[in-house]
Order: sequence, then structure tokens, then C-alpha cells
Amino acid sequence: MIPASFDYVAPTTLDEALAALAEHGDDAKVLGGGQSLLPVLRMRLNAPELVVDLGRIEELRGIRDNGDAIVIGAMTTYADLLADASVGEHLSLLHKAVAEVADEQIRHRGTVGGAVVHADPAGDVGPAVLALDAQMVIVGPSGRRTVAAADFFTGLFETAVGEGEVLVEIRLPKHTGWGAHYEKFVRVSHQWSIVAVAATVKSDGGTFTEAKVALANMGSTPLRAKATEAALMGQPATDDAVRAAAASAADGTNPPSDLNGDADYRRHLATVLTRRAVLAAARS
Amino acid sequence: MAKISVKVDGVAYSDDVEPRTLLVHYLRETLGKVGTVVGCDTSNCGACTVHLDGRSVKSCNVLAVQADGHEVTTIEGLADGDTLHPVQQAFHECHALQCGYCTPGMIMQATSFLADNPTPTEDEVRVGMEGNLCRCTGYHNIVKAVMAAAGEGGGAK
Repeated sequence: MIPASFDYVAPTTLDEALAALAEHGDDAKVLGGGQSLLPVLRMRLNAPELVVDLGRIEELRGIRDNGDAIVIGAMTTYADLLADASVGEHLSLLHKAVAEVADEQIRHRGTVGGAVVHADPAGDVGPAVLALDAQMVIVGPSGRRTVAAADFFTGLFETAVGEGEVLVEIRLPKHTGWGAHYEKFVRVSHQWSIVAVAATVKSDGGTFTEAKVALANMGSTPLRAKATEAALMGQPATDDAVRAAAASAADGTNPPSDLNGDADYRRHLATVLTRRAVLAAARS
Repeated sequence: MAKISVKVDGVAYSDDVEPRTLLVHYLRETLGKVGTVVGCDTSNCGACTVHLDGRSVKSCNVLAVQADGHEVTTIEGLADGDTLHPVQQAFHECHALQCGYCTPGMIMQATSFLADNPTPTEDEVRVGMEGNLCRCTGYHNIVKAVMAAAGEGGGAK
């Protein structure tokens, strides 16, 4: 399969990229690592007139520690993120979720920013940044703005990044010392999640003092399991208590029905996987 | 058309390509390097795996223009003259192929994987190779070959 013809620019600065996007409007498409966009172009699900490749803009790459938060450049590859010690130390949940993305070849090319802007509801990065209360930094013609992860995912394959805008970095508050686990349910290796659960918790004397849980593929966007989070607070990190709290994991979700399972099956999976994820996080 | 300069298997090339040209098509059709094959064309099977700046990528999922200024190694550039790379040798000795179609991608992923993890466990090999499908389902000997290559210094390149 060969993509439809398009023009191509590979600017070396963000300003040049924004200028190209401003000139071409919605006829232009942004290329990150290309691991989601290239399949889309090959299958001709999209045929942009212009592809703006961000791959040569150094300022969008890399990870830095700014004290309270770890800041991840949008064009940082999964492989570079996994190799960064600060992510493993302060953002264990993100590290574990990214380790489950696709396969090694894809992780060598795919970018964290590309994943969240592509916003596949079954993606692995979305629930992790949502659970970690990330701040998404977006730059466009009218300047720079910051959107909370909770407001970033607006619909199926849709985000707060508007026409002519680019996601430049993701700021994640440090969760140093929190337990974390990413529980991904698939039938075959490197499949998209049927359902996945990202959980990160803090406990004191065996009792939960903080709990953040997010779900993949339980609706058109990643979702927080708010009822489960509330139910965990003050509870002991035991099988029975976590099972009771996880029973409400699918509350307020609207999961899809497809060949991998119907909506009711996914609601059931969400409760089972949430129990596993929270217990594993508490014991990690 | 876009002008690209790419080093492939140690040789510098400069060519005009359409921006939509996939790296695998550039390698096969422009350079004649047909050792790299197209399997699924959907970025699932890994048969088209090559190294881009030393790291494995699926060359059906990279545009040739994205490789501009970078270095590509294909299965054709792995051996040292008549001496097979240790991973190629291990695939030969362990009979790690049936129809052979997935083999170039398997070997390129195995060499990249072993460079990062020179002494893997069998489970780590299976996870590290999860992006490569063998439709003959001949995984047993492939894993055996990667383990054998690790023992033979397959990670060194």
C-alpha cells in the first residue's frame, strides 16, 4: 500500500512548523514518529496535501527535570523515555505503560506526543498521563497554553490541540515513591488493548492514602475511574478491600462493542483488571 | 520530488524520491536491495525490519525522506564478506526458518535486540521479538537461534 501523493516539509524550528501549518490549514498533517500516521496514510484513511515532519526539531525532543515535575518533549521516542532514569524513578506508571506499547521497532520510532495527539482510546500513553494529572503544553499562532490532561482528550481521536497548533511538551508532576502498575489485556502480543488499566497508589501503614486509576478503551477517550479512586481512600491494601473498590471501575464508562468483546464484557474486564492493577501497584 | 542522502550498508546514496515513498520501497526498488521484504504492509509483521542509525525499525512504516541524513543497515549489509554475522550463523545452524520469508526481519530485530540486551533470558527474547511474525509458526528454533547467538556474542556488532 502506498500513500496518496503529498508535499513534505521538515522544518528545523517550531516557528517554521507553525508557519507551514498556518499556511495550509486543515490540508496539512503533522508527522511525529509516524507509527500511527503512516498506517493511516498507507490505507488512505487520510490524504493530506502537506505533511509537516517535526522529526528535525531538536527543541521538541528530550526529557528534563524541573524540580516538581518531569517535562517530556513531545517528540521524545518511547525508547528514549524508557532509557531515562528519571522517568523510572518519578513516573513509574508512565514507564510501565510505555514499556507495553506495541513492539520494540515501533518504540524506536514512535513518540509520546504523537501517541497522545493521535488519541486512540486503546492507546497506552493516554491513561498513564491522565492518571498522573499531566499538563499538556500546546503552541499555536496565538501563543502558548497549557491544558490539563483531564481536558485534553475531547473525543474519539480528538484532542484540545486545534488547527495550526502543535503539542510541544508534557509536564508530569513527580510521583516519587508511588506504587504503579499497568495491566493490559490482549489476546495476542502487540495488539491494541481490549481494555487496560493504569493505576498508581500511595499507602501509609498498609492503608491507601492516594489512588489514581485510569482506563483505556472503555469509551471514546481514556477515562479516570473516579468511583474506584474514592472507594480506595482509607481502605487497607487487601484483596477484599480492593475487590470491593474495583467493582465500581466501569461506572460512568461507555465501552465499545467489537469483535474482541461486547460492552458488558469490557465492563466486567475493567473491574477485574482494576483489581489486579491496584493490588500490583500497592505491592510494587 | 525530494532530494535525500542516505548511507545504506556502508555506501552513500543520493536520490530524488517522492515524499510518499516508503523506506522499504526505496531500498528495494531504487537501490535494488531486495533482501528486505514486504510482508504485511500494515506495520504488524516485522518482515521489513532494518536498522536506522543502529536501531531496528519497520521500514514499511518509515518514509524514505525521514531517513535523509541517516544511516540504514539491511540484511544485505550484515555479513562481513563471506563471514556471516553471528546471528545469521545461528539461524543457519539452528535451522531457524521454514519458508524463510520472515527471516531477514527476524535477524535484523534479533541483532538490534541483542545489542541492547546481550545476555537475555528466553522469555526476554520472546518479548523482544514480539514485533516479528512467523506465519509458519516456527518460533521455537528462532528463539533457540537468538539464544545461541547471544552465547556466541551475537550482540556484538
